[in-house]
Amino acid sequence: MHIVIIGTGITGASIARVLSIYEDIDIRIIDKEPDAGWGVSKANTGIIHPGHEDDPLKTPLRAKLCAKGNKIWRKWVKELDIPSKWPGELMLAFNGKDLREFDKYIEWGKKNNVEKMEIIDYGKLKSLENNVSPNAVGALWVPSAGQISPWEAVIALIENAVMNGVKTLFGTKVLDIVISNYKVIGVKTDKGFIEADIVINAAGLYADVVSSMAGLDFFTIHPRKGEYYVFDENSKPRVSRIIHPTPTPVTKGVYVVTTVDGSLMIGPSAKDLSPNMKEDTSTTFEGLEYVWTEAKKLVRELPSKTDIVKTFAGLRPEPSTGDFIIEAYDDPWGFINVAGIRSPGLTSAPAIAYYVVNELLINRLGLKMKNKKEWNPYRKRIRKITEMDPEELQRSIAEDYRYGKIVCTCRKVSEAEIIEAIKRIKEIGATPTLDGIKFRTLAMFGQCQGSFCRKEIANIISREMKLPLWNITIKGKGSEYVIGDIKMFFKSESHEA
Amino acid sequence: MKHKYDTIVIGGGPAGLASAIKATKLGLKTLIIEKTERLGGIPLQCIHEGFGVIYFKQNLSGPEFSYKLIKEVDRLSIDYITSGYVSEINILSDEAKQVKVISPKAYQVFETKTLIYAAGAREKTLHEINVVGDRVSGIFTAGEAQALMDIYGVMPGREVVIIGSGDVGLILTRRLILEKAKVKAVIEAMPYPGGLVRNIVQCLKDFDVPLLLGHVVKETRGRKRVEKVIVERVDENLKPLGESFSITCDTVIISAGLLPHVRMLKELGVKMDPSTRGPIVNDFFETSIRGVFAAGNALVVNDLVDYVVEQGENAAEGAYSLITKKYVRQQNIPVLFDDNIRFVVPQRITKTSDVVFYLRVKRPMKDVKIIFEEIDKVFVFSKARPSEMIRVKIKKKDLGDIKDKLHVRLYSDASPQT
Repeated sequence: MHIVIIGTGITGASIARVLSIYEDIDIRIIDKEPDAGWGVSKANTGIIHPGHEDDPLKTPLRAKLCAKGNKIWRKWVKELDIPSKWPGELMLAFNGKDLREFDKYIEWGKKNNVEKMEIIDYGKLKSLENNVSPNAVGALWVPSAGQISPWEAVIALIENAVMNGVKTLFGTKVLDIVISNYKVIGVKTDKGFIEADIVINAAGLYADVVSSMAGLDFFTIHPRKGEYYVFDENSKPRVSRIIHPTPTPVTKGVYVVTTVDGSLMIGPSAKDLSPNMKEDTSTTFEGLEYVWTEAKKLVRELPSKTDIVKTFAGLRPEPSTGDFIIEAYDDPWGFINVAGIRSPGLTSAPAIAYYVVNELLINRLGLKMKNKKEWNPYRKRIRKITEMDPEELQRSIAEDYRYGKIVCTCRKVSEAEIIEAIKRIKEIGATPTLDGIKFRTLAMFGQCQGSFCRKEIANIISREMKLPLWNITIKGKGSEYVIGDIKMFFKSESHEA
Repeated sequence: MKHKYDTIVIGGGPAGLASAIKATKLGLKTLIIEKTERLGGIPLQCIHEGFGVIYFKQNLSGPEFSYKLIKEVDRLSIDYITSGYVSEINILSDEAKQVKVISPKAYQVFETKTLIYAAGAREKTLHEINVVGDRVSGIFTAGEAQALMDIYGVMPGREVVIIGSGDVGLILTRRLILEKAKVKAVIEAMPYPGGLVRNIVQCLKDFDVPLLLGHVVKETRGRKRVEKVIVERVDENLKPLGESFSITCDTVIISAGLLPHVRMLKELGVKMDPSTRGPIVNDFFETSIRGVFAAGNALVVNDLVDYVVEQGENAAEGAYSLITKKYVRQQNIPVLFDDNIRFVVPQRITKTSDVVFYLRVKRPMKDVKIIFEEIDKVFVFSKARPSEMIRVKIKKKDLGDIKDKLHVRLYSDASPQT
């Protein structure tokens, strides 16, 4: 049996991993980008939600899969060595109206199987989070909330899937879903035709486009832009819990978190864009100003603006239907939509993957699936010198001097880590790029944003890939870091003459 | 290897090399730790002239300037580590500091009596100058672009907009043009240029590059690579005047100024001066932590390498005086300054030696009088610009009348039109 998964985001990658448990399936996961998880998955808050914020009546799939996903992630982060933490979250109340909302979330939480929820007063709130705003009057405390590195999660899933036989096709754009006799028979791409009995559409922001290729155009996906600030990892004060306001009918609100790699992060804003603006990840004055104003309300103090190292924007795929769209169809048979996976999509992803396999492939479509005799659930992350004790560091340098060669001084990343990242990118069939290295090693993520080390890293990629420096890109073709040899304009002139 | 030093110099650029040379000549056992593969620092990527006019009495290129210092380091057989990353500093006591260094050779721990911090400056990034928009390829800092061209031998782009008229950006503009790239504009937020007058003339006017004063880049736009920037006119308080337009380009280079690279000092808890964004120091360039000295662009952003070298030497003398107990920090008299002045370094004085003061004015002025109030010292300049650091020296014997503070005041007739 041939299964094609479209999209290497957190959803597609989770499905690929779960499918790789079974034998006799040829699984191919494809992505238009040169590397995994470059759409929705790379730019979000990275929260593993408890599941008390989704209405079980209005959005039953979200409500069901979020709480389940939260539990599965606890196992997956261990198997896949994904940086994670479980600080719990505080939904803050600033007035009686907010406090009255809590009953609703507790009721939803109970229905969605969230284990522990507690309404706490300011005293307890302050003891849980020292940096909370003195204007808060209480909070809904849900200890099961966690955080992961979203891009590291995608990379881990894909690496593990590839270890277990999944094949990848990066830089491959889907042009059409080929259907014959009411059945899916394959996918037409810019690189050629791929045979498929089952096509799983996990195309994120483009899931509506892919779905309509299969004749299913009952929904659209519009991007909702969220902008963020990231502070220097050493800036203070930070927060020890996930903090957010009581949601309003208009917005879920801005979060204040300390990310798994130790930086304070605030965001997102929420701006709805038209469905054709699926690539607009530009930051805006309005969006950033909103984030700053809202975040300030939640905490006693934010670090100084001079400690901000980065601003960015991410897009969430909002479906016109409201809830997740996770469905199989009689016509075309074999086409599966996993669309509109907006928040809490990161949390839900593992549960979505099991839902797709158990509910849709096995129950709905009646596929027979048999576990492989040997399936490797484990994957190790790149060894980082920041995580080594002095003896291990000493030993590592003695074995490979490149562990002692610090390339990114802001985030303390060694050349050995960069080279390991390049190797791993190649192993999953992706193309090494500067962004790919950044997400895997955190190099160029610090205060100087790569102004010192980016050129060295580009040079290392060029050396390792045996390509000229001007073939190295930031994020794939068209984003070349430099444009050519320094005498290129003289040379082109002499050609013309 | 013996792991004990009198002084460890962090940074192998001009400030670090000069302080190591001076310290060694004063008899201190010295170690230099440089984070890149070779000694020399940023001048290695500055192939233009203008280095060493005061210090070596010669007009040298950057690499030539650094090479002279490196030769002296070799002649004096000063210990150094290249590709050395200082991973941790521990203050053991007033007289002892521990420095942990990661390098391709090993992970080593050194002990030293004093530290001279000369880690240079870093460049402001896009968000630090308030530019929003698409984060795509084709956006560089000036130093990065300079290194790409003259260390790596590659072209950063074809049609360039430069943000900021600081010296690095101006010199880079000329460099780009000499390689036949097109510089479409240099955009400066202030109503006056940020760089030295000679660079405005030699790098922009001589090549007919438009200098847009009182303008800011608001946004970068592009899909994979920069396609254009959105520019807006602003008043002297940077308030938008509501006229915006776009300039098509494939490259944006940020040259909007440098910031002292003080990360490690901050982690140590050294007190910082918000006006220089560097550490608060006394006239020996000793920071708020005993035995930790600072020099060069890590102390205060300079426009002349000659001053950087002078600061390095002064810090070495400070370390020497401390070790030999020639100077005991008895008093730290604060130096205060008025509204016309952007900063004064040093921020404290001990009254135990001659003091060289470095200061910058806030805006271009003419017929400037700088008055050191308590001691009635007056320095007169016909012109003063923020881009040109003012250096004045006061002898130890003239400091006698200072009690608990020293006021520096600046009087000027009017701002000249630039």
